[in-house]
Amino acid sequence: MSATTDSYEEVLERFDPVFGIEVHVELNTQTKLFCGCANGFGAEPNTQVCPVCLGLPGSLPVTNAKAVESAIRLGLALGCSIRESSRFARKNYFYPDLAKDYQISQYDEPTCYDGAIDVILGDGTTVTIGIERAHIEEDAGKNTHVGGTGGIQGADYSLVDYNRGGVPLVEIVTKPVTGMGLRTAEVARAYVATIRDIVKALGISDGRMEQGSLRADVNLSLRPQAGPGGDQNEIPFGKRSETKNVNSLRAIEKAIHFEVARQGALLSAGKAVTQETRHWHEDTNSTTPGRSKEEADDYRYFPEPDLMPVEPTEEWIEELRATLPEHPGVIRARLQAEWGFADLEMRDVVAADAVGIIEDTVAAGASPQAARKWWMGELARIANETGTDLADLPVTPEDVAELQDLVASGALNDKLARQALAGTLAGEGSPRAVAEARGLAIVSDGAALESAVDAALASQPDVLAKIQDGKVQAAGAIVGAVMKATGGQADAALVRAIILRRAGVEG
Amino acid sequence: MASLDRAEVARLAALARIDLDDRDLDRLSGQLSAIVDAVAKVQEVATPDVPATSHPIPMSNVHRPDEVRPSLSQEDALAAAPAAESGRFRVPQILGEEA
Repeated sequence: MSATTDSYEEVLERFDPVFGIEVHVELNTQTKLFCGCANGFGAEPNTQVCPVCLGLPGSLPVTNAKAVESAIRLGLALGCSIRESSRFARKNYFYPDLAKDYQISQYDEPTCYDGAIDVILGDGTTVTIGIERAHIEEDAGKNTHVGGTGGIQGADYSLVDYNRGGVPLVEIVTKPVTGMGLRTAEVARAYVATIRDIVKALGISDGRMEQGSLRADVNLSLRPQAGPGGDQNEIPFGKRSETKNVNSLRAIEKAIHFEVARQGALLSAGKAVTQETRHWHEDTNSTTPGRSKEEADDYRYFPEPDLMPVEPTEEWIEELRATLPEHPGVIRARLQAEWGFADLEMRDVVAADAVGIIEDTVAAGASPQAARKWWMGELARIANETGTDLADLPVTPEDVAELQDLVASGALNDKLARQALAGTLAGEGSPRAVAEARGLAIVSDGAALESAVDAALASQPDVLAKIQDGKVQAAGAIVGAVMKATGGQADAALVRAIILRRAGVEG
Repeated sequence: MASLDRAEVARLAALARIDLDDRDLDRLSGQLSAIVDAVAKVQEVATPDVPATSHPIPMSNVHRPDEVRPSLSQEDALAAAPAAESGRFRVPQILGEEA
């Protein structure tokens, strides 16, 4: 390990970064890819399994029509061609997360291939990312390692839950992306965000990275800059690393920063980059080497004899093409008009990756401006402080809409609403539940407020005279004192009215 | 003619996590070569004008509707497992010192 690490910016002065991303999208079908077991999260272990997904002898897989349909729609949305005939293949490997000792995937004949998708960056620049393929495959089960430190290394043994084994996935593989320079990390992040937006708009996946329904592997390599007069395309790609388990948008950017700096330091020191799989560590924002990548030959791919080829008719493909949603960029422009956001406001919302969140919050009943205020204000501040993405905060769009409803109905003021929100973020329940449990409510009991106002006026006798003198703004000091006395729960407008009435002044 | 040498058999054994000693390797490389050579005879008739066939039966799009069918109970699912714990299949250590 080199002691000196060059910064991302320094490395990119000398090298051209090349990246590729594999995104696994978990489809939200009712059932698994090759059997009728439920495709659902959170059931008791090994209760959504059957002879097919447990790989028991004599069982035969049958393809889920809906999964094929979702894969084709996704392929079309990514501008891919759809193969007239595609087939499944067995990918053999020894790891107990699949009971069969092989994963059913697609190899030489993926259903969708050769597409391209426009990605719009924060400042409005459009970058086109080439899509190599989008193929259908089954997900693996979940291992729990027992003993040691809880990781696979040093474990005494492992426990396997096959509920997720056989759940349909589409794996989207980009073509190598070159020449993005300093914007490499930003482009990679925006690409994954775009894929997420597309699968959500298609309604084929909930696209939630924090729950693993959208997962990304990031390949990165460096090659020297061609320099003045040189042809960058003539310089071969360098050795690449493949960073697994990069499961938030923020982590995509950080993983690329880390790998650029790490590989740049190695190359600058005259050392070689090893082609390998690396693991992403959220806590340290760094990657460490995993097992050395098995060669494709080692997987001994061969056509799956138990499954017939997928041969969608031209008619069916065109029918599916007609169901495609608009591109996220078009949707974004329409939402901006609907919400009445200024260009700058919308740009900030896009940069914070809050378009979908605000859309969901508005759908849950909040006004667009209120939704923007909460997500881009208080919540953005908290996300920033804690180093998380907005989407990963433990608060839902429904919570925010409920919070805003509490404010709009006069049950909470802004200060109390922020306390309720803090409670929600701390896992105490929805804002309404927090407000009830913590006793947060605006005090609008006239008698109680009147005595609080009288007490405050008595302690600051000069204020009353000032108000009566026409300096109505002096009432603010009394409002402040009453708020303090009531723990911020007084209805400020009512308090003000009482003060003015006491002073004999019209409000 | 296609034949498997000893080193290739040793590599396959390592991938398959099968422990073979020198005598096994000698014996199996001979036997496996004979099998591979026999299968390789197909190549003599597979001329370029014969397309490769993975699915000899002319069927495609054998799909099922996306409808949930009953799964096994956890008890039945684990019944044939050599070891189980907490409703899960218990498997031996996955990574040894080689990792």
